[in-house]
Amino acid sequence: MKIFSEGLLDMAAIRNDFPILSRKVRDGKGLIYLDNAATTLKPRAVLDAVYQHYANGASNIHRGVHFLSEEATRQYENARETVRRFINARDTSEVIFTSGTTSAINLVAKSWGEKNLKAGDEVLITHMEHHANIVPWQMLREVTGCILKVAPINDRGELIMEELEALITPRTKLISVVYTSNSLGTINPVRDIIDFAKKHGAKVLLDAAQTVAHEKVDVQKLDCDFLVFSGHKLFATSGVGVLYGKREILEAMPPLMGGGDMIKSVTFEKTTYAELPARLEAGTPAIGGAIGLGAAIEYIEKIGFAAISVQENDLLTYATKLISDLPSVRIIGTAAKKAAILSFVVEDIHPHDMGTLLDAEGVAVRGGHHCTQPLMSRFKIPATTRASFSFYNTRGDADALVLAVRKAIEVFS
Amino acid sequence: MSTQDLYQQVIIEHHKKPRNFRKIEPATHQAEGFNPLCGDHLWVYLNISASGLIDDISFLGDGCAISKASASMMTQSLKGKTVTEARAIFVDFHKMVTGQLNPDDDTGGSERILARLKVFSGIWKFPARVKCAALGWHTMTGALANETTISTE
Ligand SMILES: Cc1ncc(COP(=O)(O)O)c(C=O)c1O
Repeated sequence: MKIFSEGLLDMAAIRNDFPILSRKVRDGKGLIYLDNAATTLKPRAVLDAVYQHYANGASNIHRGVHFLSEEATRQYENARETVRRFINARDTSEVIFTSGTTSAINLVAKSWGEKNLKAGDEVLITHMEHHANIVPWQMLREVTGCILKVAPINDRGELIMEELEALITPRTKLISVVYTSNSLGTINPVRDIIDFAKKHGAKVLLDAAQTVAHEKVDVQKLDCDFLVFSGHKLFATSGVGVLYGKREILEAMPPLMGGGDMIKSVTFEKTTYAELPARLEAGTPAIGGAIGLGAAIEYIEKIGFAAISVQENDLLTYATKLISDLPSVRIIGTAAKKAAILSFVVEDIHPHDMGTLLDAEGVAVRGGHHCTQPLMSRFKIPATTRASFSFYNTRGDADALVLAVRKAIEVFS
Repeated sequence: MSTQDLYQQVIIEHHKKPRNFRKIEPATHQAEGFNPLCGDHLWVYLNISASGLIDDISFLGDGCAISKASASMMTQSLKGKTVTEARAIFVDFHKMVTGQLNPDDDTGGSERILARLKVFSGIWKFPARVKCAALGWHTMTGALANETTISTE
């Protein structure tokens, strides 16, 4: 990995790390991949690590005393240590492997939530949450009778912080917020939210699904109580994700699932549970997935968030300017602090039609509500077209996007 | 079929100026259709005579060009047909958009597919969009069966 001075990336080398970027799609067009918020592409380092696990390792963990099982166990636990270092958790016992962001939030809602919330207690979320950070709390409300409150946003897609603070009461047990909005790109002032929460004795969960691939996250500096993310949005494979929780909180959480791997001893009369993190990881986990996640983190640590930010900020500024210059286009999400996610609507062209027409040019974007229907309602639109960038994208990709949007506007004119 | 063929002028034209785009009040049959995937949302209204003839059919709603144009052309194709004929046309239309019936073949009931509906014949090559083309039709059959809310998921 060569990194040029001034923090610029060697784009040819970077793009060469992602085999899929040389793939041809619809009608033999080169792939312009701008759907990174849905899932990121996988670098060879990750593909190799996963391949090696299944080709040469393939053993279960924590069970066999044989060579391959011990090796797999070591690699799986090494991946946990890599995640710990990546988010700066105090200890590997604070890193629970889950199947993704959704399962991590559900684990907190069902285990911590059902234990700690009573009727009338409050969970505070925001208007820009992904359904994964709405539905589990509604399910918790069904079970416990707790109250779900929603902090409003302004027309730029930013949280209205005074109103958020005003919604916090002595009964607020948890503030669960998206760190970076997958639909708007807004990067929320999570430090301030955590400060508010502390003042009122509430816990904070950060949905960092769209954050960890783009900026450094330090859970000790943030002092959040929970942080969740998915491997597949961090250049690893689907099926693996992470729940970070403060040790004392995780320790008091009853396991959601019982079974193998999470026990110390089982008799028909009584079972004693294993220590963290195994206690919350019943059954055989995504071993290859975790190993791949470790490889993905090592890969992006080599590139560094400094260079990644320079590239992504440039792409956001460049693409935003080009898209805003088009006729009858409205950008949804114009926060002062934004990740490289560009959501827009074009007058009289439904995002689904836009998506199909862009696809004809080899440009992969997402057209839809992005699992944020309440947010779409807030902006009085059914859906947006969303281009989401990663560091392997180039200004050329943004040019291709804009050209394809222009063509679509012509088709509809 | 290329994407350009999918977005033929006639589809754009129906999208911009949908036919029978109004509410029938009172209607003998009506239903609301959703496509949760993309948020397409429309209503289909019918007036059916005692003898089973579709005296009037209309729709309202919001959606992509494919769903709107398809619903618009559906209303044109079904007005004056019997309920039995409408169901048969739907079966053929459904087969056509899922690639099981080529309207240019002589086999099957393809002559029942009215000419204008052929613009949707290649949509099976865009699996994500088949539901858009079928939404109005599913809603129409739902209305006939007295179901009030139809979802394509
Ligand atoms: C902000 C946010 N939260 C949660 C999720 C859910 O992630 P997953 O489907 O990987 O569980 C996503 C992914 O779309 C997301 O963008």
